[in-house]
Amino acid sequence: MQTPVRFEVNGNEVAIEVEPRLTLADCLRHHLRLTGTHVGCEHGVCGACTVLVDGDAVRACLMLAVQADGAKVVTIEGLSHDANLTPLQAAFRKHHALQCGFCTPGMITTAHALLSQEPYCDAARVREVLSGNLCRCTGYVAIVEAVLAARVAYQKNDGSGA
Amino acid sequence: MKSPAFDYARPTTLAEAVSLLTSHEGEAKVLAGGQSLVPMLAFRLAAPTLLVDLNRLSELRFIRIEDDGVRLGAMVRWRQVEDDVRLVSAHPLLVTAIKHVAHYQVRNRGTIGGSLAHADPAAELPGIVVTCEAEITAVGAAGRRVIRAADFFLGPLTTALKPEEIIVELRLPPWPAQRRWGFEEFSRRRGDFALAAAALYYDTMPDGKARNAHVGVMGVGGKPQRLAQVEAILDGCLIDMDTIAEAERAAAAAVHPSDDIHASAAYRRALVGTLVGRALRRAAT
Repeated sequence: MQTPVRFEVNGNEVAIEVEPRLTLADCLRHHLRLTGTHVGCEHGVCGACTVLVDGDAVRACLMLAVQADGAKVVTIEGLSHDANLTPLQAAFRKHHALQCGFCTPGMITTAHALLSQEPYCDAARVREVLSGNLCRCTGYVAIVEAVLAARVAYQKNDGSGA
Repeated sequence: MKSPAFDYARPTTLAEAVSLLTSHEGEAKVLAGGQSLVPMLAFRLAAPTLLVDLNRLSELRFIRIEDDGVRLGAMVRWRQVEDDVRLVSAHPLLVTAIKHVAHYQVRNRGTIGGSLAHADPAAELPGIVVTCEAEITAVGAAGRRVIRAADFFLGPLTTALKPEEIIVELRLPPWPAQRRWGFEEFSRRRGDFALAAAALYYDTMPDGKARNAHVGVMGVGGKPQRLAQVEAILDGCLIDMDTIAEAERAAAAAVHPSDDIHASAAYRRALVGTLVGRALRRAAT
């Protein structure tokens, strides 16, 4: 049964017909060719497929594409708008927060959601939130440092941010 | 793996949802947050012919704090519980337990009703509702019925719900401000399912002795359970070091976990004693 679904991805309207069993992650990768969203475990454990749905970080492998109907979806591709690195990306590079890069899109989308909603979060909160994202290379220390360093760019309202 | 094929419906009224479930005679499944069901589909442990998505039923997203307790709509997500500052005083045990549910991204989608219907024996919410003697309201073809928590969980992933019934509401009885309580959970990694967890509370009499003790454990059997033997030890006693030590021993003796790949039965029994002891020390201070 093909089911029509309309949603917004990175600011663009999408209207397609999909099988109900298609996950949002597979829809993004195979139908919309947005392969920055990585699929690791396909059952909600690794966090590599994290995207933003209406501003909240969710696992795209645990949401059906048909459930995104009417939603605003942002993927890793939607988090940088030109050739320059965003403050979060720049912090990841500066702090050596990636090695193989497989987990990185999920780390960035998760950290972006966290910092957008809680720009003054502490290291304990960052660790708690990133516990839902597996990284098998870095050991997390550098990732936590990078997210903490990027906080200032999200603290716009008090004049201290970028 | 990829899920088996199924049809999909997104009703906008509860009546429509019940009618879809009824007409599919046990072959349809309700989709709430999807954080347990979608992995089960991916593993092909579930193969419904129809998913009935409740996400458009905004009438099931309420959190009400009333004289007869805290009422949570079935489609309330963990995140909503975390963000509702009223619950910190209205039900601190619930708020503390919910912090242990899975991870950040899962908490943005997972729901109260989904957790209850999934009935994982190691999950936090089923343990809380059994400990607190909560009530679960379901709607089906025959109308509404209220199910006591003690009658709701039958075994691992098995509840008293009929195939065409949908959970609509959870009611936790009122929480007196002076109540003493504790929640302790142990898992190998943050957000993992508990190897074991303990939830407990008691009220105090004017002389400081405990009454109305409720002690529940998760992860050590097919369903969450109250430990009547431990409650009997606490009722009428001062919660001092001697009482806590006796309660710890009684808790370990009261559970009958089995060996599995995560832990031996002996380890889990000892862990339950330790967690009940820690929760009591937290409650008493």
